[in-house]
Amino acid sequence: MLHEPAAREEAEDFAAEYKTKLGLRMFFVYATVFAGFVAINTFAPSIMGAIFLFGLNFAIFYGFFLIILAVVLGVIYNNMCTAKEKELNK
Amino acid sequence: MIYDPAPLAVILFISIVALVLGISIYFARKTSSAKGYFAAGGTIPWTVNGVAFAGDYLSAASFLGICGLIATVGYDGFLYSIGYLAGWMVALFVVAEPLKRLGRYTFADALDAKFNSKGIQLMAGISTLVVSIFYLIPQMVGAGALVTPLLGLPHWAGVVIVGAIVTFIVATAGMKSTTYVQFIKGTLLIIFSFILVIVLLNKGLDTTPDYERYRIPEVVKAELSGEKVNAAGNGYLVKGQVTSGDYTLVVLEKAGLRSWWNLDTSGDSPVLMEAVSKTQTSGGEILYNGAIKTERKFHPVGRMSRIYLDGENVEKTGKLNVISYLRAIQNGQVIRYAKKHIVFEGDNVTVWAQNPTSGAEFLRPGLKYKLGEGASIFSKLDFVSLMLALFLGTAALPHVLIRYYTVPSPRDARRSTIVAIAAIGFFYILTLYMGLGAATSGVLDVESSNMAAPLLAKSFGTFLFAIISAIAFATVLGTVSGLIVASSGAVAHDLMDRFAEVKFTDKGKVKAAKFTAVIVGGVAILLGILFKGMNVSFLVGWAFAVAASANLPSIVMMLFWKKTTAQGITYSILVGAISALTLILLSPSMFERYGIDAANAPIPFDNPGIISIPLSFITIIVVSLLTQKKSET
Repeated sequence: MLHEPAAREEAEDFAAEYKTKLGLRMFFVYATVFAGFVAINTFAPSIMGAIFLFGLNFAIFYGFFLIILAVVLGVIYNNMCTAKEKELNK
Repeated sequence: MIYDPAPLAVILFISIVALVLGISIYFARKTSSAKGYFAAGGTIPWTVNGVAFAGDYLSAASFLGICGLIATVGYDGFLYSIGYLAGWMVALFVVAEPLKRLGRYTFADALDAKFNSKGIQLMAGISTLVVSIFYLIPQMVGAGALVTPLLGLPHWAGVVIVGAIVTFIVATAGMKSTTYVQFIKGTLLIIFSFILVIVLLNKGLDTTPDYERYRIPEVVKAELSGEKVNAAGNGYLVKGQVTSGDYTLVVLEKAGLRSWWNLDTSGDSPVLMEAVSKTQTSGGEILYNGAIKTERKFHPVGRMSRIYLDGENVEKTGKLNVISYLRAIQNGQVIRYAKKHIVFEGDNVTVWAQNPTSGAEFLRPGLKYKLGEGASIFSKLDFVSLMLALFLGTAALPHVLIRYYTVPSPRDARRSTIVAIAAIGFFYILTLYMGLGAATSGVLDVESSNMAAPLLAKSFGTFLFAIISAIAFATVLGTVSGLIVASSGAVAHDLMDRFAEVKFTDKGKVKAAKFTAVIVGGVAILLGILFKGMNVSFLVGWAFAVAASANLPSIVMMLFWKKTTAQGITYSILVGAISALTLILLSPSMFERYGIDAANAPIPFDNPGIISIPLSFITIIVVSLLTQKKSET
């Protein structure tokens, strides 16, 4: 029979707790910015049409910002996790 | 619209399909174990897996659906791009590494790692199947939409071709071939979309698009008596008038040919603007702009009627950059088309009436989701619900989750997610330009918004159209492959092996998975034919809602709340899936599908997440608290 235990054996990761806490903090940062986007659209949509930067409206700016922020936060998160892994999993 | 297949498009299409099948056959020889079939042996490099993630995720919904929505409803379509990408932050920060540590082949493994519960195995397996099938529908609809202009075949033929090829891929080689297909496809999709945007910006905007099949709709003077149109200019005879919502639609006749127009009284003198129409006569004949199909009167639409650049109105802009392109559209006016169904002299007529929309309105939210003036509490709820489902749905999609098991370590899972975010984020920025390009280049097919991006490519020549369409087709192939692997894993591993304890050998389990792949492929073909014509991105929004409702609460609570019990997870998945499905089946869009007036739908909004996701969270908390003792024993 092949219904073996689901979990697999991995070498212990001493940085796991750090990464979990960091991940949650960064998640809340992004979730707050995203919630702000949804809230402005829902309760004050006229703000989205206001001209903001380079003659473009706030909607375009905020949308691009959310996409770029995701990439930037992802890279920062990975760098911090990798550094901690190197430090603790020697 | 009427399409002619291009030989180059057919050659490229066949080449892409041959490449995909070649990869599949090559890896089939190397795949005999369950680990090899379900998780590619856990040997995929993180860079390849990251791009394959992007390939999986940039499905028909992203490429065809979002571009189509942006082309028709402007910024509201781009909301999908923003939401789809935001969902990856949940995947990266919350679930990527823990899920990789806990799981083996499927996400049910991770959920069940602490409990070894029959309830979890059953519900997680079923939920994977349901979400995968929901996600399969838009992919198959997209396939059908693609083959019509590409090969000149009907919608159903596209669905059957994709279904058959994908079933072959999955039934032969499994996750390894799927991963490499996705890797190649993801790379090609991003590169060629980028090229398309570069040529689009180089060309700029033009009030008279030079696309070969496009012609500027006529505008004629109208004479009114009260609200009735008595006469029209340019030798047209007035044959009738119908009011549909805010639109006054008028039928005119010239040289024995009837056509539909919409009345515009906003200027100094009233005018009639030529619309696009499709008529099913009481005798069963189908007429396109008053003539039979072969007379080719049904033309593409979409242009800018006014372009304002650097302080003046211009006919043509010339080369633009990423900012000036958006600014020129924002300051101009776009001709969109409003779809109206009417009955006139016993004929069923669909009229697409001209709807001039200011660029400022087009590039801010509100054309699809009523949020500003005229918004109701339900339209606002619908919007919030959609964004919630997109944000929480990504990290709960089975075909995304299984990709965490194809890399060697949790660190690789994290790194591949970041590669995916960068690739997907870049592509989603491109979707805005491709969608707006389609809206303003005279290429839109009023019958199918899904074809916006490939038809935009067609306006730059057959080669770009052929390669973009072939890649789009490969997009569908790849995503469907991933979904079918996820479904077959759910049945063979979660339901048969772990839940029902069927005594499988390793090879027997792979055989069961391959058999399941054939069945799921058949179901997907049927659903793809049934849902023809619905926007694929809109359909994917439902898949996200079901995934976010059924799976995410369990994953999050299992990882972060120590009091979570097996019963809590089981009931949470059950309640999340059933409530999301019920709300979808009772939604206005589904009522339209049933042929019932959408206003009669008992649920006044389309997106269920705002109810079903909290309900699933509440269920897991309440049931877990109620079953603490039982769990401890």
